[in-house]
Amino acid sequence: MNWTLAVPELVLGLSGLAILGVGVLPKANTHFACAMAAIGAFLLTAVLVLGAPEGTGFGGQIVSDAFSRFTRVLILIGAAAGVALSLDFNAKEGMDRFEYPVLLVFATLGMLVMVSANDLMALYIGIELLSLSLYVVAAFNRDNERSAEAGLKYFVLGALASGLLLYGSSLVYGFTGTTNFDRIADALSDPTRASPGLIVGMVFIITGLAFKVSAVPFHMWTPDVYEGAPTPVTAFFAAAPKIAAIALFARVLGGPFGDLAGQWQQVIVVISMLSMVLGAFAAIGQENIKRLMAYSSIGHVGFALVGLAAASEAGMRGLLVYMVIYLLMNLGAFAVLVAMRRQGRAVENVTDLAGLARTDLSMAVWMAIFMFSMAGIPPLAGFFGKMFVFKAAIDSGLWTLAIVGVLASVVSAFYYLRIVKVMFFDESAGALDARPAALSFVMTASGLFTTLFFLYPAPLVAAAAAAVASILG
Amino acid sequence: MIAALAFYAFAAILIASAVMVVTSRNPVHSVLFLILAFFNAAGLFLLAGAEFLAMILVIVYVGAVAVLFLFVVMMLDIDFTQLREGFQRYAPIGAIIGAILLIELFMVVTTWRFAPEAATLRLSPTPAGVTNAEAIGRILYTDYIYLFQACGLILLVAMIGAIVLTLRERPGTRRQNIGEQIGRSGSVSLRSVPQGAGLKVIGIERPPSPEEAKPKEVEHHAHGGHH
Repeated sequence: MNWTLAVPELVLGLSGLAILGVGVLPKANTHFACAMAAIGAFLLTAVLVLGAPEGTGFGGQIVSDAFSRFTRVLILIGAAAGVALSLDFNAKEGMDRFEYPVLLVFATLGMLVMVSANDLMALYIGIELLSLSLYVVAAFNRDNERSAEAGLKYFVLGALASGLLLYGSSLVYGFTGTTNFDRIADALSDPTRASPGLIVGMVFIITGLAFKVSAVPFHMWTPDVYEGAPTPVTAFFAAAPKIAAIALFARVLGGPFGDLAGQWQQVIVVISMLSMVLGAFAAIGQENIKRLMAYSSIGHVGFALVGLAAASEAGMRGLLVYMVIYLLMNLGAFAVLVAMRRQGRAVENVTDLAGLARTDLSMAVWMAIFMFSMAGIPPLAGFFGKMFVFKAAIDSGLWTLAIVGVLASVVSAFYYLRIVKVMFFDESAGALDARPAALSFVMTASGLFTTLFFLYPAPLVAAAAAAVASILG
Repeated sequence: MIAALAFYAFAAILIASAVMVVTSRNPVHSVLFLILAFFNAAGLFLLAGAEFLAMILVIVYVGAVAVLFLFVVMMLDIDFTQLREGFQRYAPIGAIIGAILLIELFMVVTTWRFAPEAATLRLSPTPAGVTNAEAIGRILYTDYIYLFQACGLILLVAMIGAIVLTLRERPGTRRQNIGEQIGRSGSVSLRSVPQGAGLKVIGIERPPSPEEAKPKEVEHHAHGGHH
């Protein structure tokens, strides 16, 4: 049985229940207290994850290894920052209900279940727990038409993707006779025995996961949901769930389907190429900055998948490093987006940032750093993420993919630099409201990471290498 | 012999009521036939020795799903004659699709065969010495406890979501406050009322609350006013 492996998940689940139970009782508004308790629960769980033993538990349904440890800590950091970003915004928009942190706790629990899954069933249930919570928080500002639309759209398309994933899983189960990752890997150790039915099942699973990471051509929901959902919710969407879904991608394709790399590599190459190109070109005309960040996140998923497409140890390592850097610089950029309020109203157009350098220099400088980093300009962190994945792609002989990636990153630099230009050189559109301390903290922390990463990248790269070794093993 | 008779009876009624679900003109009748079909399917499960599934079918499908259908059918004003309008136009396409499906089904049925070793690989659905409800419980609560609990959390999230997105605190709602109710004193008293005396003699007693003073006065005027 070995249930001790699931202690972090158990603790997080019980904390979620406790926060729900305590939060619902008093007549007063418990949003702030519940949010603080949620952040505390995330940190406690992260400590437990770091000390977790290794092995498989519950009859092989879950696995605790270096990979799951690495991604779980990352997810918990992203989730805690996501809650911190929402505190002030929710209170000002009148969405400060205690259910918000509770739903984020359960969403995070879903992500932990996903990345420590060692079985198709555990994988599916983790995804559902995550998705269901996300559908609700997307529509959390229920009196706002766009938020409700975002929730509904995400729900309908997400249900379709879950169906595809489930159908793929059933085919894989039918053709291998098991849902356990290790035994699927055993069954496929001789790639010539993989039947067409199994390949179809695997492609369906890839489709379902590609939807969750919003890779082209399954990205249609992303811009609308990102634009419609309240800004802190968008920040949460773009951070932790992306990490979880990409990590799941790496585990499923690297673990059980590792020996079929020749089959899935071409699919990932196409998905990755399309995502990079669409992310670069579609964002150019966007005026709404949340929509722009949605296309930017599609592009980033494309870059990260370059590492997966390489289907090598270096590629997977690049993927993980890329996701860490993406998470941190994205959190910083979204902290700026959440801080965009003028006279008590949230504003979300690129032009609303005009002349920010004259009214709030520190925020403008941080935002400029995030934008330069996303564009991949050295010596900022984003450059190293891109360098790792492109180098791995070239080592695996995927020259076309690497060249398309570099060109896409040049094109995407246009809209990142446009934001910098608007902030520093345009006529001021008026000062933004003073920002709360939590946003400044997230902004500064991720800004410092982004700028100083190049000084000492070794621990992160080493941790990523250990994580990859445990799944490719 | 009796089991076979029961089987054919259940099966015949099941198929007949399933046909009626599709063909009956009144949607409420359709749902009622659906419930009948569920009951007969539960009977078939009982005959097959799967009493747990039979009970689940009755409780979940009849008790929850079919009743929900009934509510929806009764509450929504669906014009079924309008739905049937395009029948003639779409019939040929429907017939073609139906025929293709039938041919495919035929091909599957004629070419399908079990792998010879399939029968030996199959796990025993009912381990010796336990009822099938117990066998399901053993698998669900020991082997799959992790997934089972996670499913429970998914349902909890669904419930929280439904409440968060729909519950509204209306200003006018009056909730029962038991503490206040028990604690009220002075405004309620026991009085000995002489027999045959009506409200005219003792008057209507109301707690002296200032907020209700206004409407009360209007009422008094309407009734001709007596103090």
